[in-house]
Amino acid sequence: MIDSCHDTSAATQAIKKHHSTLIRPKTGWFDIHLAELWNYRDLVFLFVRRDFVSAYKQTILGPLWYLIQPVLTTIVFTVVFGKIAKIPTDGIPPFLFYMAGYIAWAYFAECLTMTANTFVANSGIFGKVYFPRLVVPLATVLTNLMKFSVQFCLFLAFYAYFLLTGASVHPTIWIAVLPILILEMALLGMGFGIVISSLTTRYRDLAFLVAFGVQLWMYATPVVYPLSQIPAKYHIFFIINPMTAVVETFRAAFLGSGGVNATFMAVSWMITLLVLFVGIVLFSRIEKTFMDTV
Amino acid sequence: MGNSAVQIEDLWKQYRLGVIGHGALYRDLQSWWARKRGKEDPNTPVGFRQADPVAGGDRFWALREIGLEIGHGETVGIIGKNGAGKSTLLKVLSRVTAPTRGEVRLNGRIASLLEVGTGFHPELTGRENIYLNGAILGMRKDEISRKFDEIVDFSGVATFIDTPVKRYSSGMYVRLAFAVAAHLEPEILLVDEVLAVGDAEFQKKCLGKMGDVAREGRTVLFVSHNMAAVRNLCARSILLEDGRVTTDGPSEDTVNQYLRTKTVERAVADEAEIEARMEGVILRNNPHVRFVSIGLYDNKGQARKSFYSDEPILIRTAFRCLLPVLNLRIMVELTDDQDNRLMLTQQTDTAGLTEACGMLEPGFYEAICTIPPHLFGSKSFFITVHLECPKTEHLMAPKILGFDVKFQGYNGSHSLNPYYFRPQLAWKFHNLSEKGGIDHAE
Repeated sequence: MIDSCHDTSAATQAIKKHHSTLIRPKTGWFDIHLAELWNYRDLVFLFVRRDFVSAYKQTILGPLWYLIQPVLTTIVFTVVFGKIAKIPTDGIPPFLFYMAGYIAWAYFAECLTMTANTFVANSGIFGKVYFPRLVVPLATVLTNLMKFSVQFCLFLAFYAYFLLTGASVHPTIWIAVLPILILEMALLGMGFGIVISSLTTRYRDLAFLVAFGVQLWMYATPVVYPLSQIPAKYHIFFIINPMTAVVETFRAAFLGSGGVNATFMAVSWMITLLVLFVGIVLFSRIEKTFMDTV
Repeated sequence: MGNSAVQIEDLWKQYRLGVIGHGALYRDLQSWWARKRGKEDPNTPVGFRQADPVAGGDRFWALREIGLEIGHGETVGIIGKNGAGKSTLLKVLSRVTAPTRGEVRLNGRIASLLEVGTGFHPELTGRENIYLNGAILGMRKDEISRKFDEIVDFSGVATFIDTPVKRYSSGMYVRLAFAVAAHLEPEILLVDEVLAVGDAEFQKKCLGKMGDVAREGRTVLFVSHNMAAVRNLCARSILLEDGRVTTDGPSEDTVNQYLRTKTVERAVADEAEIEARMEGVILRNNPHVRFVSIGLYDNKGQARKSFYSDEPILIRTAFRCLLPVLNLRIMVELTDDQDNRLMLTQQTDTAGLTEACGMLEPGFYEAICTIPPHLFGSKSFFITVHLECPKTEHLMAPKILGFDVKFQGYNGSHSLNPYYFRPQLAWKFHNLSEKGGIDHAE
């Protein structure tokens, strides 16, 4: 709906400082203006700051919660899936195995569930001021990235301990692709999140689906079990799950077991980009009129 | 483009009424399937099929064929009843929602103030919120840093700038929020009733700031119910009625036109007239109570619109209960032409009427409020009548009737009197000189 007018006439050149805005009804599906986001980069970081600062105000432990959460979850996983269910972990110390899987999954899951809320949670602001709505999901992904970084450092600490005590883990060359993995988790979580947030403006039902859908999805992803435990004939279901490649590669990079082949990686990235694309298209379409339906 | 700051061409905005609940998906699929087969969409509003797109079905047009041109440096007031489309127009201009048809061209940096303190986070300090709010309103971080001291000065909350805003009083909160907004420096500023908040002194400060903005040659669009502010700030005003621009011209004319359309000309308003003027926020087609008539009478039962200050004024409200109604309250509010609230009275003030209205069976009722003589000065007044059933509904006929009072003076003195109230109060007079001077300790 917004076009910056790049009129080349002399008169317009003279008042180039004046930016002109054109407001029109929503047209077509590809009326997307990502460039505008750049002008609002300060807002992205201020939102990140707000979310980070306000999240643990008036709590005693503050950001320590970032650490307590994964540790407790890992302990529960270790007891339930390792000790009770006795699911093998490819010879890797179960604690490290579950922790690696969990923090990777948690980053994706939080990006997804939090961005899925974008329109409904921010309708107060969105109803009063215009700024590119994608600012909010971007800020969410970055906030969660900070949380992930803290948890990742915790993982590295445990990892170092296990390495020094001679556990059967070893880093592999896959560590080099870590930034790509993190990027993929972020894009995937945001992609699914904005698709859902766009749809929830009309159908709130999806909001209920997201919470437990993400939990179920975790069990469909090799988080609490290694992919090697799955018979090859079922691998097709894991190939189309883009998180399989992410979690498996993440573990392979640090723990030296498991890992996936190129097909997994390629399909995973294709799905990620597709979801992100669909998400941005839907989101750009919805953002113009969602105030009328929310 | 070029000369005008805001150019609106044939702008339409449609809203869908009602709750979108279950069934929305079904209807969407139905519409989609019909289009797929090349058939007529069964859910298209009636008006859409015809040449003239009027409201129909569960949709309505909040804005219809708006065409406006506002020059650089103009300050334009937008007035109209609730639901006339004022806020929708600002929302479209500020890009919060997209129009259904037509287009708008804005030449210059735009900022909208549909609310003060948008995005303020209670846990963050004043300082952090200035940055956050500024960025939400479209400022860059370095721009905010540059104006930071000015903003803090203007807000007057410098001492608490590093305190979380949740500890602020509501006045401080609003002052800080407005201070940020006031330093936006856009070329086009959209303002929606933000002045309705804060104390009188602060409102004055806000109006002053808006006046400054206007004098600096920037364009201001100002939506308000405050007719005095519109008259003072805006040379030109636009009256919106049912989504259409009905008057566009000097503020004085537009405001007068608005006041005329709002108030019923005669001394008695009938059911249709009341229904037509009821406010959008209040349930029009409520199941419990309906107005039948509201009228102004003198003590001889004659319907009148102008009174002398030495005679009583009777306000008669007739209404109908469609269902049994519990604890009905009938209120009459008195305002002046600038919507200042002067007085309120309700039937439960009179002993015994609380019980009498405790449980009303379906039927017709009438409530009469008598305003005693010797109360008003020579002024024009407007009455707003409320019918309120706690927790179920609240009907309001805003400024439904107006009347004039001519002050008659007391004891033969007929001084011209510009006050709203000029009651005859008890005075006493003593000559203290005989007691030997002024004795304060009496």
